[in-house]
Amino acid sequence: MIEIKVDMTTCQHYGQCVFEAPNVFQLNAEDHLEWKATADDSERENVEAAIDVCPMQAISLAD
Amino acid sequence: MPHTQPEDDVPVLIVGASLGALRTAEALRRSGYVGPLTVIGDEAHLPYNRPPLSKAALSDGVSHDDLAFPLRSVIDDVRWMLGTRIVSADLDARIIRDSNGHEHPYRALVAATGVRARRLNFPEAANNACFAVRTLDDAHALRASLQPGSRVVIIGAGFIGCEIAATARTLGCEVTVISSHPVPLARPLGSELGGEIMRRHQAHGVQFLVGRTVTQVAAGAENMNMVTLDDGSSLECDVLIEAVGSHPNTEWLRDNDLNLESGVLTDSQLRAVRADGTPWPDVFAVGDIARFPNALYDNEAHAVEHWNIPSETGKRVGETLSHYLAGPAAVAEPAERFAPVPSFWSDQFEIHLLAYGTLVRADRNELLHGELGDDCIFGYFQGDRLVGVCGIGMRATVMKYRAELAATGQRV
Repeated sequence: MIEIKVDMTTCQHYGQCVFEAPNVFQLNAEDHLEWKATADDSERENVEAAIDVCPMQAISLAD
Repeated sequence: MPHTQPEDDVPVLIVGASLGALRTAEALRRSGYVGPLTVIGDEAHLPYNRPPLSKAALSDGVSHDDLAFPLRSVIDDVRWMLGTRIVSADLDARIIRDSNGHEHPYRALVAATGVRARRLNFPEAANNACFAVRTLDDAHALRASLQPGSRVVIIGAGFIGCEIAATARTLGCEVTVISSHPVPLARPLGSELGGEIMRRHQAHGVQFLVGRTVTQVAAGAENMNMVTLDDGSSLECDVLIEAVGSHPNTEWLRDNDLNLESGVLTDSQLRAVRADGTPWPDVFAVGDIARFPNALYDNEAHAVEHWNIPSETGKRVGETLSHYLAGPAAVAEPAERFAPVPSFWSDQFEIHLLAYGTLVRADRNELLHGELGDDCIFGYFQGDRLVGVCGIGMRATVMKYRAELAATGQRV
């Protein structure tokens, strides 16, 4: 398992992460980010790509 | 598969130490290049994120640690030469030189020197009250001057000018924006959306002087500046901020067989091209200075100053260059065409803009969703073809158009 952190004081809900890891990140009806705090190891590469494309650099992996 | 270059200790050099350099270095290593790799940058800092410079870095104050990109273990053995400015290059001899006269030979060269803020250079101005914002040091220098009640004049009403206006106004400054165009942000966003953004700024108390240019800035008493406009009017300010676009850092590449008009002209592999159109096999450009043909847009070459482009071009160059370095047998044209969808965003007060595509290609735009005074989305068309989309709010809907913009090119 991987553990995903998003700093919600930094996140601006741009949604760029949604394209890279749609199984982990999504925007809800109010355009706010929702994400899974844990995911299968198979999502690691996608989450790392999401970390890279976040304009606010708000996403990290706890490990 | 990893490959080695036995007796070859001449490094790959990346010039410029920002996001494009970081993504290039990562991609080189991930694609199997294990030889020496050096990044040379003139700033004192390791790569950091620039969008907060016009926002949180001015309002909250942030350090390099807050903005630094994480350095993944895959680039642990990359050498960083910071605070070193490259001033010239000899592409035939494969050597570049720094401002101290030292020569740096290379095996392959990646130009990632980006752009700098264009400056207006008013000879009579009080220069310690004149600012531009491009680097972390710029933001730190400006921050101390943005005090409640400070009179701030911003020349230029593009994204940087408007973002700084919102940040300074939120800090309690008296803010005036001078725009040579009648409507802020009209060139990228069109007059309707640009006008709406101006109205929202005005509702927050930002003043606009539009259709005006600055003819003179002269130092006054107590480190103030007197700004004179082309209609003869003038205004006094404590802080003058120039937000009048950018200039590519390509001077160090002069006197080589390159096309340096508006950046470094490249082929679709991001290889710098000679005057006759043939590419240098070992010279690449990434990021803001790469004027590359985008398969999305009829392969017309443009430099694109949006945040995702350094990453997209850096990854592409890392992969291509790694194959080149592996030797002739391994050289193959990448199967995938290079067609990144530009994306950008901007935060000004409660206005959150999100856009995809190349809006400046459009010959018309129209409201697609919502209402102008509320959340809304505009579409940008070249003929009948959608070339860009921009929304205030409604992000989930804006994002749905990204797939359409990416797919449009695939018909070609």
